[in-house]
Amino acid sequence: MRILPNGDRALLVEPPGPEAMPGLYAALAADPPPGVADIVPAARTLTLLLDPSADPARVAAAVRGARPAAAAGSAAAVEVPVVYDGPDLAEVAALTGLTPDGVAAAHTGTAWRVAFTGFAPGFGYLEGGDPRLDVPRRGTPRVRVPAGAVGLAGRYSGVYPVGSPGGWQIIGRTDAVLWDLDRDPPALLRPGVKVRFVRREP
Amino acid sequence: MKRGLDVLRSGLLATVQDLGRPGHAALGVGVAGAADPDSFRLANRAAGNPEDAAAIEVTFGGLHVRSRGGAFAAVTGAPVPMTVDGRAVAPFSVFHVPDGAELRMGTPSTGLRSYLAVRGGIAVPPVLGSRSTDTLSGLGPAPLKPGDLLPVGPPPRAHPLLDVLPVAPPPASEIELRAIPGPRADWLVPGALDALFGAPYAVTSEIDRVGMRLDGPRLAHAGRGELPSEGTVTGALQVPPSGRPVLFLADHPVTGGYPVIAVVVSADVGRAAQARPGQRLRFRPHPAPPLARRPSRQEGP
Repeated sequence: MRILPNGDRALLVEPPGPEAMPGLYAALAADPPPGVADIVPAARTLTLLLDPSADPARVAAAVRGARPAAAAGSAAAVEVPVVYDGPDLAEVAALTGLTPDGVAAAHTGTAWRVAFTGFAPGFGYLEGGDPRLDVPRRGTPRVRVPAGAVGLAGRYSGVYPVGSPGGWQIIGRTDAVLWDLDRDPPALLRPGVKVRFVRREP
Repeated sequence: MKRGLDVLRSGLLATVQDLGRPGHAALGVGVAGAADPDSFRLANRAAGNPEDAAAIEVTFGGLHVRSRGGAFAAVTGAPVPMTVDGRAVAPFSVFHVPDGAELRMGTPSTGLRSYLAVRGGIAVPPVLGSRSTDTLSGLGPAPLKPGDLLPVGPPPRAHPLLDVLPVAPPPASEIELRAIPGPRADWLVPGALDALFGAPYAVTSEIDRVGMRLDGPRLAHAGRGELPSEGTVTGALQVPPSGRPVLFLADHPVTGGYPVIAVVVSADVGRAAQARPGQRLRFRPHPAPPLARRPSRQEGP
């Protein structure tokens, strides 16, 4: 495990391999070392944001000593109903060599898992899906992608929680509410949560 | 009568800010909060408020408000000429705005962001524990606009202790900022750090609460490919493929995919947030906090 200073108020933690990420994140999130104000999970790293009072060396030692915990959300999967009629469905079919129906079958065929969040409140980067769905981002991002758009980019899938610009390949749409400030927690998709997409007819 | 402020003019951008909403990264929510936290805290202390009471961050002056119920107030950060019902008020002082009186802020002589703290604090409803406007995610109250009525909370027990605040206004000349080499400096060509520390960078007109784009010696990527997204921090100098760094401020995204060459130390971020377009920043190398524990004497060889 590598731990690097990221300025004077944060540590960048690189677990030995991607398989070590969920357990380490679960352990640190459940029992943050003293002085840790927040933990930002990302693709291959965790960023620990520190309080002014924190001793970075002590936090680093606590991270090295943390025992992996069972990843949160290992229970039931969140079901997200999707109508597969997105503007990039044909393009994704062409890129993958699948039919549009085949893309939908691949997308619904395996459970995904929220690896990390970011980009916008409630946006989860989902990984662990069918490897055939690894497609590049669009060459030119869209100025506006509507809320509920279901997309693919690289090995990730994601759902836009609010309308925003975006460059992911849009294969479908959902009416699931990804972000609701009147709900606790407001985000449907949080790191560790399992997601299963379910096909719905328009 | 309910205490409050009627917004008559908002200037370029005026937002409600406090010390932000840390602890929600798992929801994809950033911290936000005052861009210059030191000036923000000072305004609250001057007004006799708790340090984290909500205040107004005014960008490049121009805010006009009318008091309902009267209140003590203080303005810090970028010094602006001010009047209360036409009578001049000194910046960095504690003053009273009587019921119905109008506080007008002009254009700052130096700096970019002024903080107006009102005794009792701005009492808009909090979102995820903070009243801060996050301009990137849209969380918190919308930026102020004429016609808004901002409620003011009950005055705290503590009384303002100071009449005049002993602080220096933000400089008009070059701003020196200490920066710690970043965790991804090796994703840039050898010599990029020397280039960053070797010459000043000019603040471009592309600045907001998310960050400020800088112009200076180009910092080229080493060609290691695409960095997987990782957590970003306030003060980070992120280098997009253009080679022109962006200094992240309060509303920066939670994660980012460009390498960070260096990170401005937390104590200097507020001074960076006061820099204006055209002003020059000079980065000075600062040592990273030590992470290895010193071996204790009891340990064997």
